[in-house]
Amino acid sequence: MNKMYGLCFHAVRQTAGLKSSRLLQRRAFRVSTLHRQQPFDSTLEKPQFPGASAEFVDQLEFIEPNVISGIPVYRVMDRQGNIINPSQDPQLSKETVLNFYQKMTMLNTMDRILYESQRQGRISFYMTNYGEEGTHIGSAAALNPNDLVFGQYREAGVLMYRGFSLDHFMAQCYANADDLGKGRQMPVHYGSKDLNFVTISSPLATQIPQAAGAAYAVKRENSNRAVICYFGEGAASEGDAHAGFNFSATLECPLIFFCRNNGYAISTPTNEQYRGDGIAARGPGYGMLSIRVDGNDVFAVYNATKEARRRAVAENQPFLIEAMTYRIGHHSTSDDSSAYRSVDEVNYWDKQDHPISRLRHYMTARGWWSEDDERSWRKQSRKTVMEAFERAERRLKPNPELLFTDVYQEMTPQLNKQRESLWRHVQQYKEHYPLDLYDK
Amino acid sequence: MAAAARFFIRGANSRLSISGFGTGAQSCFGAALLRLSPGCSSRTKTQRRHASHFTYQPDPVPTQYGPTQKMNLFQSVTSALDNTLASDPTAVIFGEDVAFGGVFRCTVGLRDKYGKDRVFNTPLCEQGIVGFGIGVAVAGATAIAEIQFADYIYPAFDQIVNEAAKYRYRSGNLFDCGNLTIRAPWGCVGHGSLYHSQSPEAFFAHCPGIKVVIPRGPVQAKGLLLSCISDKNPCIFFEPKILYRAAVEQVPVEPYTIPLSQAEVLQEGSDVTLVAWGTQIHVMREVANMAQEKLGVSCEVIDLQTILPWDTETVCKSVVKTGRLLISHEAPITGGFAAEISSTVQEECFLNLEAPISRVCGYDTPFPHIFEPFYIPDKWKCLEAIKRMINY
Repeated sequence: MNKMYGLCFHAVRQTAGLKSSRLLQRRAFRVSTLHRQQPFDSTLEKPQFPGASAEFVDQLEFIEPNVISGIPVYRVMDRQGNIINPSQDPQLSKETVLNFYQKMTMLNTMDRILYESQRQGRISFYMTNYGEEGTHIGSAAALNPNDLVFGQYREAGVLMYRGFSLDHFMAQCYANADDLGKGRQMPVHYGSKDLNFVTISSPLATQIPQAAGAAYAVKRENSNRAVICYFGEGAASEGDAHAGFNFSATLECPLIFFCRNNGYAISTPTNEQYRGDGIAARGPGYGMLSIRVDGNDVFAVYNATKEARRRAVAENQPFLIEAMTYRIGHHSTSDDSSAYRSVDEVNYWDKQDHPISRLRHYMTARGWWSEDDERSWRKQSRKTVMEAFERAERRLKPNPELLFTDVYQEMTPQLNKQRESLWRHVQQYKEHYPLDLYDK
Repeated sequence: MAAAARFFIRGANSRLSISGFGTGAQSCFGAALLRLSPGCSSRTKTQRRHASHFTYQPDPVPTQYGPTQKMNLFQSVTSALDNTLASDPTAVIFGEDVAFGGVFRCTVGLRDKYGKDRVFNTPLCEQGIVGFGIGVAVAGATAIAEIQFADYIYPAFDQIVNEAAKYRYRSGNLFDCGNLTIRAPWGCVGHGSLYHSQSPEAFFAHCPGIKVVIPRGPVQAKGLLLSCISDKNPCIFFEPKILYRAAVEQVPVEPYTIPLSQAEVLQEGSDVTLVAWGTQIHVMREVANMAQEKLGVSCEVIDLQTILPWDTETVCKSVVKTGRLLISHEAPITGGFAAEISSTVQEECFLNLEAPISRVCGYDTPFPHIFEPFYIPDKWKCLEAIKRMINY
């Protein structure tokens, strides 16, 4: 963080051409939060406004927008998987690292098969996680299993790391009778009570103020739990993001905001999404500790999340992590990204700077993973995914009764009436409804 | 938004008038008027501001819930919140300005009694307040969120409609925010104009998954609010702000609940069914008396109390008996909740109807300031509607 402030000063000096370094120090935009208002003291020749505390100046000067700019990107490994600074090596065991790798590649394999299955018309929709596997696994591994997760929609790796089975993933995407969500939502809207992963909803950023509320409740339980909230750099433009940041800071919530800055909100590039220095630059404005990490470096993500989690719980305050990454796949199966970005650009990230290959370089260098291991793991993981896929496809859809339940905790008279009316109708017009596909 | 709200409060309430605009505005607007012009001009002004369009009729003193105390509506809300904080250690109350007691004084004393981590201010952001409340509830605690005016609930519309209402359904009952209750002052107040008078219940009535409740007075307010808080579904509780001080009843001190989705027949009658909720109930009660006295018509008065999911049975049973139905609310007529009631009743009671169902509601305009006496569905408009139904 100190380094960042240094950069800030530098920027001010360069752009504003101020002479007095003392003035600079005074004007150093105290990022530290003012927890309470200044006591009023009319004898001091200082501003006494309740909303700010600093010094008066007699020079007209606007603050440059790049006061907070060039926030550095924290990383542990270079692109070839070499540890840059040994003090930052998380020293994870071979088993742990192999597990990271297997989860990242399993996610990749599942994505390929489900993406293809949508292309063949077997499921209605899909969203791949290509290129962002490092952000998922690195952050998930740094949390406690009972920390509550509020996701956006592209965090399947977090669930996978926590142990959500392939059968559960497939059941949700197929909306079959085993879907924990009872077949009510589009594919990739996963959720698991057992794994403390709140069910995904489609509206963007709505989870952000909710995560603040959950973190507040968790803090009052005094149970050493934290909440993590994932979102993209596009969702960070929503009003709900502002609400969540501001509420969690003022109400002192043990919450980790994890922004996956993957370069695109569907087709909108980041330079049309915001004008400041990304999402991390917003943290200081809310009085929030912030960091930018290389999201394709699973160890950097792990270290940052681990430390943020530790401090969030110990100090009851929110942290903002901006993980820089790249969405290698299309936004969803309803999108063709070649309409707005070049194949060369995508290829660079796929071939030169991929979180999976970087971790593999690391493992190979240690002699933990060979070509043979890779070949047999690829084969095995593909087989496992295909088996789950076939099981899910064979399964019936959920009982249509579930159309009416869970609207309220109890069945209301109106809903009962509507349900009975549907059944009478379906009995009468049986041949027009695909009853045989559904559980009885 | 809140700036407007605060202006309104300070204008309306001399006791809350802690600061005005500039130094000269410390004295209350109303008091200044009285001092300056004791003649007829002040009389018309004060009439407009203080004579309401209804006569409040207190409910009989309830006997089944133990000792009672004289409370107005805001005090009965405070009493319900007090009971909740005392019995449920997870319960938290939050919103704009709730810490010092709230602009309508509904949370007075609670922060001192239960601590600042349980009764606290939030930043000024309605979508944040509701989103935060949903999160508190999802984590298993009890969330009571205050939106300072129902007129300002719209920034939270997405959180209410897309999130709170659908949480249980979309997760297959894995997660829910049933522990969330949203309170908001509601309805006309005599001088509230466009943005301190609205009755937005119909917007939320179109949203399966939430419950919408509106009390008519202090006894109902406490019992229904406690029901909303303990109900396992997210509830919106609209409080008729004109009744905060005007409505005074003997309210039980101990907690008690009044069932949701159950309308109450306040007065039995044989010729016309009058359905309303909140403030309008008191207009209807007066109209029922007038109809009896002037027209010899016997009216059955029903307080719907819960707008969603509503009690079709009680209403339809009554219309089967009377053959006539008048529904009245302050919100604009087109797409208002009266339309839903009317449609259901004609479907269920078509052959029992002696006259077309009548709706006396607000006009399809924004809520107008100085024209409020013309805008509101007052007793004369309702009485005229009854006449027309009888003579149909």
